[in-house]
Amino acid sequence: MADRSLLILAAACAGAAALYLTWGLQGPYGFILSLRATRLAALAIVGGSVGAATVIFQTITANRLLTPGIVGFDSLFVLIQTLLVLVLGGVGYAALPAFPKFLVEILCLCAIAVALFASVLRAGSSDMTRLVLTGVILGVLMRGLTGFVQRLLDPTEFALAQAATFASFNSVDPVQVAFAAPILLLALLLAWRLAPVLDVALMGRDSARSLGVDHERLTMAALAVVAMLVATSTAVAGPVTFLGLLAASLAAAALPQWRHAVLIPGAALTGALILIVGQFLFERLLGLQSTLPAIVESLGGLVFLVMVLKRRTA
Amino acid sequence: MIRVSNLGLAIDGKTILYDISARIPPQGLTAVIGPNGAGKSSLLYCLSGLTRPTSGQVSVDGTDITAARATDRARMLALLPQVTPALPRLTVADLVAFGRWPHHRGRPNDEDRRIVAQAIRDLDLDDLLDRRLDTLSGGQRQRAFIAMNHAQSTPWMLLDEPLSALDPRYASDIMARLVDLSRPGTGRAIVVVMHDLAMAVRHADWVICLKGGRLFRAGPPSETLTGDSLSALFDTRIHVEHLRGRPVVVID
Repeated sequence: MADRSLLILAAACAGAAALYLTWGLQGPYGFILSLRATRLAALAIVGGSVGAATVIFQTITANRLLTPGIVGFDSLFVLIQTLLVLVLGGVGYAALPAFPKFLVEILCLCAIAVALFASVLRAGSSDMTRLVLTGVILGVLMRGLTGFVQRLLDPTEFALAQAATFASFNSVDPVQVAFAAPILLLALLLAWRLAPVLDVALMGRDSARSLGVDHERLTMAALAVVAMLVATSTAVAGPVTFLGLLAASLAAAALPQWRHAVLIPGAALTGALILIVGQFLFERLLGLQSTLPAIVESLGGLVFLVMVLKRRTA
Repeated sequence: MIRVSNLGLAIDGKTILYDISARIPPQGLTAVIGPNGAGKSSLLYCLSGLTRPTSGQVSVDGTDITAARATDRARMLALLPQVTPALPRLTVADLVAFGRWPHHRGRPNDEDRRIVAQAIRDLDLDDLLDRRLDTLSGGQRQRAFIAMNHAQSTPWMLLDEPLSALDPRYASDIMARLVDLSRPGTGRAIVVVMHDLAMAVRHADWVICLKGGRLFRAGPPSETLTGDSLSALFDTRIHVEHLRGRPVVVID
């Protein structure tokens, strides 16, 4: 039953991808196809990693409202990038070899995110409202710090750093996609291995621990995987805050399941599907009248508000 | 046998438990009673190894529980917390299967499935097997969680106020099942934090009385569940009378 839903989701993704690649195709096929394929890969990577990251994050925080984006994971990644520009200077930053730089940025994000969020989550885990508020304020803090560091930069460096702060699928670097894909696969593999333990974590901290789950270690491992996923998507397209919430909520509604072995790929496919279909609509049918991230973010934000309000009245 | 020696617990500088030493027999049902805020749940969590005491020791069948590995601990003790998550999508069968986690860690074999099926039968959950947890009544839900603990197949089962918020009918049903699960010969002892003195008087084989974070008294019901002892414990006149041969608690 659940497997069939997953297959349908995967087929929908494949269909949307084929449509995106071939719609109105004319002229120099090779050139246009490679252009579209790069963008398609970026959309799939961002949607997939954000969807998967959100499901994992929601389980370890025992909270269906939070996403890594809302608590500022992606802003933290942008902050790290901006700090690198500040420390190394624009020329030094641009001269860094791309792949090692990306790896170092991911490792930094993993280390800082695990240290920071593990302590916050432990302190606030008993109180849902406090956890959400702390998360949102942390997110604002990260964005504020990024803005501050950017003001310390000179205009050329600023332009370099600013490119990383806005979500965009219009200028995708094929090299970055090539780096991001294997890291996403690695992170998904790790997530797959964590899936059965995450199922037990649904029972709540006390019950999970009494069933022999080392909850602290699971939190660390899950946060590290989330950091990898968020770093991958942010490096490719910039920060997207509410896409994860949209993907995770839709996947939960579409799949009658609680097992993470189904929910994680389900949310990843849903995230990819939202972005591919959205980009197709904007690019091919609406003639680029708006930007996709803006619309996805406002839709996701709306879902967030509705969920918060529903929970208040429930 | 659980041996508690000179156990002390302080959280955020506030002392919850003072210098508690007691033993809990390895069979039958032990009730932990005392006024609100006496530290009953804290003591239970110290016994379970989930809360590390500030001082003193808890030894479960000779093993220092705070030093035990998480998996070994989960094969010795099962815990039912006072508040359990809603888990709306899980069925009863899914929930009970979680009890085998410490034994298979994600790869259940036939033996695990057999034990889960047995636990479901033992608690008369066959009819509810495929029901989702959010469609169950409070009593059925509690039975499902106890079945999960039962499937964990541990020599010790610790329950934090499993009877709170249950109607008398469900409360006595749950209590009768706990007595069943801890009968001599089952190889299992159960420790229950409870408020219902009538239930304690009827079913407990051993009683730990806590008051203000200190051990007030521990022993068989004949010493602990007397009118004088209960009156002093709760600072209220309490009589234990006999009605048709059964002990009954009367509060003035």
